[in-house]
Amino acid sequence: MSDKKKDKGVLEEVTTGEYKYGFVMDIESDQAVRGLTEETVRFISKKKNEPEWLLEFRLKAFRHWLTLEEPDWALLHHPPINYQDIIYYSAPKPKKELESLDEVDPELLDTFNKLGISLEEQKRLSGVAVDAVIDSVSVKTTFQDTLAKHDIIFCSITDAVQNYPDLVKKYLGTVVPYTDNYFAALNSAVFSDGSFCYIPKGVRCPIELSTYFRINAANTGQFERTLLIADEGGYVSYLEGCTAPMRDENQLHAAIVEIVTHDDAEIKYSTVQNWYPGSKEGKGGIYNFVTKRGLCKGRNSKISWTQVETGSAITWKYPSCILMGDNSVGEFYSVAVTNNYQQADTGTKMIHIGKNTKSTIISKGISAGKSNNSYRGLVRVTQKADNARNYSQCDSLLLGDQCGAHTFPYIKTGNDTAIVEHEATTSKISDDQLFYCQQRGIDMEKAIGLIVNGYAKQVLNKLPMEFAVEAQKLLAITLEGSVG
Amino acid sequence: MLLNIKNLHVSINGKEIIKGLNFSVNKGEVHAIMGPNGTGKSTLAAAITGREGYEITKGDIIYKGQVINDWSPDKRANEGVFLSFQYPIEIPGVSMTNFMRTALNAKREYLGKTPISAKDFLRKMEEKKKMVQIQSKLTNRSVNEGFSGGEKKKNEIFQMAMLEPELAILDETDSGLDIDALRVVAGGVNQLKSDKNAFIVITHYQRLLDYIVPDFVHVMYDGRIVKSGDKKLALELEDKGYEWIKDQFDN
Repeated sequence: MSDKKKDKGVLEEVTTGEYKYGFVMDIESDQAVRGLTEETVRFISKKKNEPEWLLEFRLKAFRHWLTLEEPDWALLHHPPINYQDIIYYSAPKPKKELESLDEVDPELLDTFNKLGISLEEQKRLSGVAVDAVIDSVSVKTTFQDTLAKHDIIFCSITDAVQNYPDLVKKYLGTVVPYTDNYFAALNSAVFSDGSFCYIPKGVRCPIELSTYFRINAANTGQFERTLLIADEGGYVSYLEGCTAPMRDENQLHAAIVEIVTHDDAEIKYSTVQNWYPGSKEGKGGIYNFVTKRGLCKGRNSKISWTQVETGSAITWKYPSCILMGDNSVGEFYSVAVTNNYQQADTGTKMIHIGKNTKSTIISKGISAGKSNNSYRGLVRVTQKADNARNYSQCDSLLLGDQCGAHTFPYIKTGNDTAIVEHEATTSKISDDQLFYCQQRGIDMEKAIGLIVNGYAKQVLNKLPMEFAVEAQKLLAITLEGSVG
Repeated sequence: MLLNIKNLHVSINGKEIIKGLNFSVNKGEVHAIMGPNGTGKSTLAAAITGREGYEITKGDIIYKGQVINDWSPDKRANEGVFLSFQYPIEIPGVSMTNFMRTALNAKREYLGKTPISAKDFLRKMEEKKKMVQIQSKLTNRSVNEGFSGGEKKKNEIFQMAMLEPELAILDETDSGLDIDALRVVAGGVNQLKSDKNAFIVITHYQRLLDYIVPDFVHVMYDGRIVKSGDKKLALELEDKGYEWIKDQFDN
């Protein structure tokens, strides 16, 4: 085949590339309960040795869930989910440990290398036994020591329920009540595990927190529940997810993240989501229905969401801010990439309640293949929110001519002093740009990676440095085809 | 012979634009290609650089002894073919530094070399920027974004200096340039000129050729080279205008 013809095919190949880096984790479960009844909920709660109030919380959520119907307003299409055919609890057994990286799928290692993931990290991710003395465990311990020194609580939510029940009880469900939506009710009834973090008054967490540094971090992808609180003047930057490819046997994911910031507190929440997106033909893949919301409860508080969404067959996710405290600030920076048959309906809600509240929304959608990518956002200024300001910018980039990009901005203002700006653009990677890069010796695939990263730069810049570098590579890999 | 084009026919969307063109270039030479609008000058540049949509229906482009008709644009670039664009393209969010390093390393990878070190790269950037009088800020900006017309053209010559091509094609690099910028651009080209490379300068006007002195001047009309000569031909054209050519060949 001539180079030229090959080139012609590259764009197509790039946009129909397979997720070749997935790997299946063999999760052996000792007990499995299929289907969802009150018994299931009681079983989960009992397994986790939960206090009565939490069982009640779960049961209320379950009973409420029974009265709800799955929402259908998003621009997403999928076969009906059979909620009675799902296993809602399985105690994860330790994975079979491999002797060395030689036993790991070479393609996976290739991806790790492309992402620049360290050897130790590669071992951890692929389940290779590591020497407990010099490996990441000791790193984790060091982190735990640092956190303890500042009285920062960072543990699994299961542990938090046991060790800090008052804190959990005080905040759980206050930002995302179980009545919020169908998937929030479901999560509230059956959530498996997740992270809990409490930053005490006046403490700036000196390190970036990620689940990686949480000892006993179990595989809790399915019904994850995260609760982060920054007390007065507290600050933390929290990283969720991993650029490394993640595959999970459970198709349905319904997570909740709740964040509360008190006076002068700030939380930065960064996500890289790279769950299995399904095959090139659109078979399989994770359905990811996530409710993420932050409450700027105190004056001058700030919550900032940054997300890079590249995985999942279906993404339904709207990290939002309720700007209750006067002068509080909400931010949402998002890059969402869809390829092949992926569908994403994602965006944010900024609810201005306090005076002089400010919000910024920067959303960058990238669609390729036969995928559909929607931005859906609400900016609401309530009656008392004097001098509220919002700036929204929603850009869509199309690769090829069989994908879709959609923008659904909703603006509701109940206060005359509000200033709300919305800008939106839709563009394609032009042949001119590609040829310009190629004429400088950069091949088609690298050129697409370069242009896409340039397009997403405004958002990638908001990620913590190390994360940003990995995310850049991830964007290029996500759009990479199986050339050859 | 560096470049040898034999009986080249090129079509865009089925319409023939270049209709049997013969043309050859040796190392150390500067060729000017002149001619009225719409005679196929830019199409020739696109065909040599391998732009998609420019279909070679007949004939061969032979570069360094190999027929390159089917080579991808990036392969041609990495083999030393460079095009200074008539309208340089903007790539938002991609810094010139990143762009140049990616391009330079792509070429090094193609040639089986290791990536350039950050130190060497920056030194090279500084050196080449001086050559075309680019202020240091330029390289922190996105590729061509927010550049003035003159800056864009200087930036093309800067990239040429960085990539050190063997065959450089300047497509109307003089259009939209004031006389000062023209001098800078021409000065850059003259510094890069050697017996190891060759230039094809596409232009409407004799003006540029006062600064970049051609060894050969060719006149294109209706998809062919209809007249060739030395630099005096450019002056003659300037004097008589393109009507002179049109009258000669339309009948």
